[in-house]
Amino acid sequence: MVISTKDLTFTFGEQKVVKSLSLQVPEGSIYGFLGPNGAGKTTTIKLLLNLLKTQEGSIFVFEKELQSNRIEILSQIGSLIEQPAIYLHLTGKENLLNRALLLQIPANRVDEMLSLVHLTDAAHKKAGQYSLGMKQRLGIALALLSNPKLLILDEPTNGLDPNGIIEIRELLIKLVKEHQKTVFISSHLLGEIERMATHVGIINHGELLFQGSIKELEALSQSLVQIEAENTVDAANFLKRNNFAVADVNDQYIYVPFASKQQMGEINNLLNQNSYTIYSINKQHKDLEKLFLAITQNA
Amino acid sequence: MGFWSAVLLPLLLCLLVFVGFYSKSGQLSHQPGMVLWIQFSAVILGSMGSLILPMLIVFIAYSVNSIEHKADTWKTLFSLPISKFSVYAAKYLYAFFLVFLCLTLFVLFTLGLGNLLSVLKPELKFNEYSIMGLLTQVYFKLFLSALGILSIQFLLSLLFRDFLKPMGIGFVATITGVILAANNWKYDYLFPYSHPMLAIKTMEEGVKKVPGPGGTLQITIDIFSREIFISLAIALVIFAIGYVIVLKKSVK
Repeated sequence: MVISTKDLTFTFGEQKVVKSLSLQVPEGSIYGFLGPNGAGKTTTIKLLLNLLKTQEGSIFVFEKELQSNRIEILSQIGSLIEQPAIYLHLTGKENLLNRALLLQIPANRVDEMLSLVHLTDAAHKKAGQYSLGMKQRLGIALALLSNPKLLILDEPTNGLDPNGIIEIRELLIKLVKEHQKTVFISSHLLGEIERMATHVGIINHGELLFQGSIKELEALSQSLVQIEAENTVDAANFLKRNNFAVADVNDQYIYVPFASKQQMGEINNLLNQNSYTIYSINKQHKDLEKLFLAITQNA
Repeated sequence: MGFWSAVLLPLLLCLLVFVGFYSKSGQLSHQPGMVLWIQFSAVILGSMGSLILPMLIVFIAYSVNSIEHKADTWKTLFSLPISKFSVYAAKYLYAFFLVFLCLTLFVLFTLGLGNLLSVLKPELKFNEYSIMGLLTQVYFKLFLSALGILSIQFLLSLLFRDFLKPMGIGFVATITGVILAANNWKYDYLFPYSHPMLAIKTMEEGVKKVPGPGGTLQITIDIFSREIFISLAIALVIFAIGYVIVLKKSVK
């Protein structure tokens, strides 16, 4: 495990922001850390970076206790917390050179990073004039500069346009696949994460509600048969009388939990034979987004 | 920003006095060299010590810290594999260096412009006396006397994001310091914001009290007077307290 926390609890004044969190982030994974705004994601990340002092519980990074091995552990982590921290009066390149100087990294790595995040052309422009996406990319370049084994990114795609989001997603997938890195990425949008994450942790009100691989999350979501009919309410009642469970009904669709293809055929026949007009019938995966909402709202 | 203020301030102030002396050279030409030098540097010192030096320190301490507040880079600095002490001490040292640079430049500009005056207006007998050793000592003392303020202002600027709090506290404290020192309050040497003015005052007393042989003034400077020790002690203690705060403080 690259990150492993046990019963991590953090209190701001009276309010418990993080409640006995036990994260398990395996090596080589892209771990999506999901939760609505104010769920405790940033607090957790600050705890992982030792910016906030651990009050209760323990944090192990690379199998080492964080507090007592702070510098050794931090030297293998690259991080981006909320909006990237950039000196606006310096150019993009100067920002990177400044960091390289601080960390005693050879300066040629700066140019590599600039081309990696496609900022070579804007290298000599003041960072204050960068667009939000460019700042975010510069922030990622800063995080990657020391060639860390673990990347901790807090909402790195915040404020990016779809192109920027795709670019960052591809960059992260490449880093994990080709450079054996581990990425811990937080977000409040599941849709943004689900296409790259290998593992997911879902947090709300400081509590971890789900943790596992993306496959396990998908398995949780049940497939449905979606039936588009002329008179959905009558059709639904008719199905109920014939011992089909109806998950949901609205003006256009009836949803029945999916069991097998035979079951779909039976429903089709039954409705047709009893002269209910059906426009369409198909199988539908419960969208992960809905699942995410369901998980976070039930808590 | 802090850097340029540390360079421009001595330049401007010395130039102003230079222009003043240049235009009034007629009235001053009968003075002996030593008195001229002392007048020349005393005008600069007088305005510097009481008000400008403390305010400059307020500003330097602010600018060194605000750069991180503004760019929101404290969290990044403290999540780098660098010990917290290094970050804190490096920041402090830079502010320390700026104050030192500023006062060094004061010495250099005073000397340089004084000598320039004696070239431009030979009737001013600046060349009769060398004030270099004395001036260096004076400014060194001033520097030491300012360290207490530096530590306090540095810590305030580190803790508060905005300019108004450290600036307001610094301003009020400076005025208080000047009033205390001017009124010779019994315990004024305990108040760090009084130290620069006290340092200058004790040196003025040094001039008056010791008339030397042959009618010339003998000037002795007691660098390590009471308020200097207090200033150094405060500087050290506040620096240590600041470090403890940085260690304990959570970065938001």
